[in-house]
Amino acid sequence: MNATPSLPGLVEGEELIFSPPRSLTPVPTHYCPGCHHGVAHRLVAELLDEMGLQEKTALISSIGCSVFSYNYFEVDALEAPHGRAPAVATGLKRARPDCFVFTYQGDGDLASIGLAEIMHAANRGDKISIVFVNNTVYGMTGGQMAPTTLLGQKTTTTPMGRISEDCGYPMRMAEIISGLDGTVYSARGALNDAKNIRQAKKMIRRAFEAQSTNSGLGFVELLAGCPTNWHMDALSSNKRIGTELIPVFPLGVFKDNGFAESGKGGGK
Amino acid sequence: MSRPVFAEERCKGCMLCASVCPQKILAISSRYNPQGYLVAEVSGDKPCTACASCALICPDCAISIVRSRKEGK
Ligand SMILES: Cc1ncc(C[n+]2csc(CCOP(=O)(O)OP(=O)(O)O)c2C)c(N)n1
Ligand code: SF4
Ligand code: SF4
Repeated sequence: MNATPSLPGLVEGEELIFSPPRSLTPVPTHYCPGCHHGVAHRLVAELLDEMGLQEKTALISSIGCSVFSYNYFEVDALEAPHGRAPAVATGLKRARPDCFVFTYQGDGDLASIGLAEIMHAANRGDKISIVFVNNTVYGMTGGQMAPTTLLGQKTTTTPMGRISEDCGYPMRMAEIISGLDGTVYSARGALNDAKNIRQAKKMIRRAFEAQSTNSGLGFVELLAGCPTNWHMDALSSNKRIGTELIPVFPLGVFKDNGFAESGKGGGK
Repeated sequence: MSRPVFAEERCKGCMLCASVCPQKILAISSRYNPQGYLVAEVSGDKPCTACASCALICPDCAISIVRSRKEGK
């Protein structure tokens, strides 16, 4: 399982310094060009490799563009009904505490239809990890408004732009989840440039360590681009995260209870 | 020689890799992959420094990086 990654055509004096993680299935994905679900997948898979968790991991996949994530992670998986991934994860983790259980959810899934499930899982402090991909729209169904849509943002259900009088305000989930006592880690990162991608990986690691050290619920929100429903190319979509999303959704760690860092092997 | 190696079947031609390459040696090719995307390739004479920026930003995990130890980098 720990074979050194190799590549045909490598000659003496050459080494492979970057290659796909083992926990990622080597197949093309259905995501649009420039979609950050792919970046989030890679970071998660790298950490499953690095933390030695792959063999005991169960992914709880959700509904949204990432509905097929079970095809892309080389781990066992359960598909949850829309928004219910934290409830399914709770059941699996309680029945099989030896498993490493994480959910992978979009903002329509987690912050809209699934708000009750994530709030109660966090409040109970179930020992699960949540990877929350916030791209400010319902991607899969054609770009409708999500609770996280920015004020003024045009979507198919807010053709003139979201206005607070009708639709309220963008919901800051990482802050909300950090306020619940069962949460031991909550942070928000972004996937739009090299620096933020590196920082986001550290955050996902902590959200995983919250579980691997048996401490409580670990939550990480990742600001992600949806070029298709933002009607932009990949580069402009990455730029929009910096200019429009981060001012509304500040990056940072909102809670870290200081549980131990786990080395290779992933703790309990 | 240090170089990026493309898994062309995974590439979607988004060109984020080209936008972050400090040597500006990545460009769109004229080849389509089975999914119907024009894929990225190395074009240009400057050497790859194996900084791996392209691999880090690629949303499709389509780039592996080979570093040549002989160049001392
Ligand atoms: C119970 C139920 N209600 C509604 C839907 C329709 N639906 C499918 S995906 C989706 C929203 C997905 O958006 P998000 O979670 O933000 O993920 P993204 O596609 O942006 O990655 C909705 C409303 C559904 N599948 N099931
Ligand atoms: S619609 Fe948006 S979230 Fe869905 S795959 Fe395309 S870019 Fe990604
Ligand atoms: S970033 Fe990846 S998917 Fe996009 S063009 Fe470059 S190699 Fe292809």
